[in-house]
Amino acid sequence: MRTVIFILQKEFRQVFRDKLMLPIIFIVPVVQLLILSYTATFEIKNTRIVIVDLDHSQRSRELVFHFESSSFFKIVSRQQNYQLASEWLKNGDADQVIVIGADFEKAIEANQSAKILLVTDAINGSAASLMNAYAQQVIQGFNKNILTEKMPFTTNKGTLSAEPLFWYNPKLNYVTYMVPGILVLLVTIIGFFLSGMNIVKEKEMGTIEQINVTPIKKWQFITGKLLPFWLIALFELVFGLGIAKLVFDIPFLGSFPLLMGVAAVYLLVILAMGLLVSTLSDTMQQSMFISWFFLVIFILMSGLFTPIESMPAWAQWFNKINPIAYFITINRMIMLKGSDFFDFSELFYALSGYAVVMLLLAVNRYKKVKA
Amino acid sequence: MKPVIEVENLVKKFGNFVANDSLTFSVFPGEIFGFLGANGAGKTTTIKILCGLSSPTSGKVSVAGFDVYRQSEQIKRNIGYMSQKFSLYEDLSINENFQFYGGIYGLSRKEIRERTKTLLSRLDFLKAQNEVLRNIPQGWKQKLAFSVAVMHQPKVVFLDEPTGGVDPITRRQFWELIYEQAHNGTTIFVTTHYMDEAEYCGRVSIMVDGRIEALDSPKVLKNQFAVNSMNEVFVKLARATK
Repeated sequence: MRTVIFILQKEFRQVFRDKLMLPIIFIVPVVQLLILSYTATFEIKNTRIVIVDLDHSQRSRELVFHFESSSFFKIVSRQQNYQLASEWLKNGDADQVIVIGADFEKAIEANQSAKILLVTDAINGSAASLMNAYAQQVIQGFNKNILTEKMPFTTNKGTLSAEPLFWYNPKLNYVTYMVPGILVLLVTIIGFFLSGMNIVKEKEMGTIEQINVTPIKKWQFITGKLLPFWLIALFELVFGLGIAKLVFDIPFLGSFPLLMGVAAVYLLVILAMGLLVSTLSDTMQQSMFISWFFLVIFILMSGLFTPIESMPAWAQWFNKINPIAYFITINRMIMLKGSDFFDFSELFYALSGYAVVMLLLAVNRYKKVKA
Repeated sequence: MKPVIEVENLVKKFGNFVANDSLTFSVFPGEIFGFLGANGAGKTTTIKILCGLSSPTSGKVSVAGFDVYRQSEQIKRNIGYMSQKFSLYEDLSINENFQFYGGIYGLSRKEIRERTKTLLSRLDFLKAQNEVLRNIPQGWKQKLAFSVAVMHQPKVVFLDEPTGGVDPITRRQFWELIYEQAHNGTTIFVTTHYMDEAEYCGRVSIMVDGRIEALDSPKVLKNQFAVNSMNEVFVKLARATK
């Protein structure tokens, strides 16, 4: 144990002597939280539309007015025909084109179905379906007005209506959804890179040989290497949670100690993985590329941006070995739903098993004697 | 006297390449043993095996009475090592480096303080103890690395080209350190390719292409080859095998 303390002392000295370390620990999380939380959003505001009004009637102007007054839409141009309007889509200057047919008013007055063409730039599929849905809603609203106007005494104004209730995030605030996930990314990236660069740095400097001729034990070495980053990453999480509360006013319904407990186990997985990469690579460059390779896959598949449930079966299966997916799920449950341990105990046990396996691998792969 | 290093038919192969070809030699306590050879002769390979950094392909090797195959951790308690590549932490101060290595070898904080003080005052370097290593000239760094290697009072110290890239005056001072350490009973196992340094050794072995071609005191070797310096002995041996 004394040996471990000497290693700890040395590691902490080195970490904090590095002039870039304090900015990395304090400024990077703030910037990442602020930028990612506001920009990594699927909320659609200011959809840019081009109107092609072939009817030039009272009714068609009413419909355009409906779009104008919606906060989701911004009319960027009016064109004479569809050909010209589609150029706007092509150049990326507009997201949607709305073409109002020539006999629009006539059809309405005759109680026939009037035609509107709605063209959406669907390169980003989920954004396109949202824009489409919003536009449909505006058109529905317009439709309802006409019905009221034409048949004021009918009580049967349509159809079934369901009253929606949104639980856990009642305002459908995207930031509320994103921040717990981004917090996970933050501690993961800090932990993975600090540990992933560490042993390989000693290899590059040549100091690892000096360590390997000492009677140090493998577990002492790995513990001494792991603990400092574990503490730094846990601190980072607390710091990030503080910002989430202060800046975004993200609700924290669950238990704070419970979250820290899960984070403690989760970080063991991440740090052990980092150390494993570090023991396997010979240069910092190698370690960097391997770390990024795994992190990018883990992050993209983690359910941070898109729900895991809507991924293909193989991806869902893959996420059983994706530590980031576990912690994002649990973190959202604790922070937003106030879940207690029994709500996610299975996930926690899986994560614990994972930690044990990774630690054993890391200790095992660190070799004092070369063949 | 019982040898402190015993090597019998040591072979180390990397694939088909034979780096050490059945070496046999013994080193006795308190001896300064020079392990000479041209670049690539296999010196560093042997030193790494003796230190337990690399495992031999075959042969019998024991250091400080322990077997390298089964007792490499006990060996490590009893040896010091200074590698070719400078291996103290550049971003730590002298004191912090001593503290770290002393700690790993299980010295108490008090012992670490005392020995750091003794070793640094021997170098007349006590005033610089809080200096970060990055800012210290190369020659001094080598002397510090040597001091760290003997801090835990090992039975044997392995020095792999300890004076590489160092000016002649510092090299002399370095050898004075080595003598002092040997005088206190520590066995010194040193590789070098400065032949003037070979003259300082009690016995030398000269390695050519993975084999030991000569092993004796510098005086005997010079007589044997009928030359005046170790340099000529070395050149003759190296030429003979070409």
